[in-house]
Amino acid sequence: MAYKIIASQCTGCSACEFECPSSAIKEKGGIFFIDPNKCTECEGVFDSPQCASVCPVDNTCVPA
Amino acid sequence: MASQVISLSAIGRVTSVDEMKARMPAGGCGASSAKGQTSCGSSQGQGDMPPEVWEKVKDHPCYSEEAHHYFARMHVAVAPACNIQCNYCNRKYDCANESRPGVVSEKLTPEQAARKVVAVASEVPQLSVLGIAGPGDALANPQKTFRTFELVAEALPHIKLCLSTNGLALPDHVDTIARYNVDHVTVTLNAVDPDVGAEIYPWIFYNHRRWKGRDAAEILLERQMKGLEMLTAAGILVKVNSVMIPGINDEHLKLVNAEVKKRGAFLHNVMPLISDPAHGTHFGLTGQRGPNPAELKSLQDALDGGAKLMKHCRQCRADAVGLLGEDRGAEFTLDKIPEMPVFDPAKREAYVALVEQEREDRRKASEQAQAEVADLAGESLLVAVATKGGGRINQHFGHAREFQVYEVDARGARFVGHRRADNYCQGGYGEEDKLEEVIAALEGVAAVMVAKIGDCPKARLEEAGIEAVEDYAFDWIETSAMAWYAGKMADLNHVDARTA
Repeated sequence: MAYKIIASQCTGCSACEFECPSSAIKEKGGIFFIDPNKCTECEGVFDSPQCASVCPVDNTCVPA
Repeated sequence: MASQVISLSAIGRVTSVDEMKARMPAGGCGASSAKGQTSCGSSQGQGDMPPEVWEKVKDHPCYSEEAHHYFARMHVAVAPACNIQCNYCNRKYDCANESRPGVVSEKLTPEQAARKVVAVASEVPQLSVLGIAGPGDALANPQKTFRTFELVAEALPHIKLCLSTNGLALPDHVDTIARYNVDHVTVTLNAVDPDVGAEIYPWIFYNHRRWKGRDAAEILLERQMKGLEMLTAAGILVKVNSVMIPGINDEHLKLVNAEVKKRGAFLHNVMPLISDPAHGTHFGLTGQRGPNPAELKSLQDALDGGAKLMKHCRQCRADAVGLLGEDRGAEFTLDKIPEMPVFDPAKREAYVALVEQEREDRRKASEQAQAEVADLAGESLLVAVATKGGGRINQHFGHAREFQVYEVDARGARFVGHRRADNYCQGGYGEEDKLEEVIAALEGVAAVMVAKIGDCPKARLEEAGIEAVEDYAFDWIETSAMAWYAGKMADLNHVDARTA
């Protein structure tokens, strides 16, 4: 149960990193990655996964 | 492009126009004629502004039309994240040759940004302002934005700080903005009716969720208005930017202007929508067009008398560097700036002193010229000017990347906007197709005033009904425009007298 970022579509804007309640998102070479071991899909914290809600590119933060 | 920046000598010490003409290189793209000179113009200076406000804006190129001839700004791209989506913005696109908001080539940390500001300040004495304008939203990245301001204020206390925001997060940060002495804030506000807003903003991210449609537009508007009121209450100057989108908010912007004036906005900047399918924006892909210069001007004229309008905006990139009409960003990428740049205040002080004198002289000449045209009767004419800055007609027609447009009549010469035109002269040779593009960009303009122009483009302009004027090379823009206008009216009256 985790989200992933489609690297080819990531703009590197960092909005998701700031919103992630689990500190699961890290930058590498200008684009961002989700650590599947840390990602909780924001269950129990927020109504919707924050990375997908704030991402400026459609269908880029998606269920892994 | 280093040649775009005015040198210290170009602006102050050389006061003789003949001397400056003599320095103009011979040859180039064509012949030139150097005739008489004159003086006249209109003051876009302090006007009826209170002294404390004038003090804040007089060296800010975005807040004072007069200042934009002399002073430079830079943006640092420390704020990549955004909290809303706009239909005119596509965050994926980046090209070094693109100049428009939201576009940037290199993202910076606050430490890198501060280093870059010091490097630019030591090379460009015109630098007065540091702005944070994205490429996302300055206040969606508050830590990075305010840390940058802190570092720059420490290193360069004379630099004015400003930021630009969509307003969604604004009410949360007004106290911090005031604490960091940010005395200029720009809020982009495209609608004061959520139904109009919903056509411009597909969604916002607020309180940990994504809102869409009318709900999104309503929350955004409420936050923008609250933020605007809080800023003016805190004594911070606010500029409101609105993107003019034909068929969506063009008429509506009259209401926007009235509402922001009511809430104390200092300036209202109506900008044309930039829309190109190649940019991949929603509006670009759906074929939503931007306004043409005549439509933009007619809206600006209709807004006359409301909140004061800014007309000299160049809609620059989130990493732009230099005077408003130019972008020297490519000269100051991280790999090109020193590890530990050192700022020498002497150069800056000398420049500021020269500009003070130059502004004073220009204002006096302008007032005198205004008195001379005051009794003329005739229609308003538009005049396009090729300038490298300093408020003078000092650029070769073929080298101009843009033309500043002035409206001239018995009330004087007023800056009304600019027209972009990629420079037509490449390495000494003009290109036919480019010339046609320039002529199309100059639609509605009666004359183009330049430091120099070749015979061929001059003839072609004349065929298109545009007079090319070289007689005022290196003189002040407003005074020259008025003198040209006075001559034009005298000629017309002469013809009338003969035919009567």
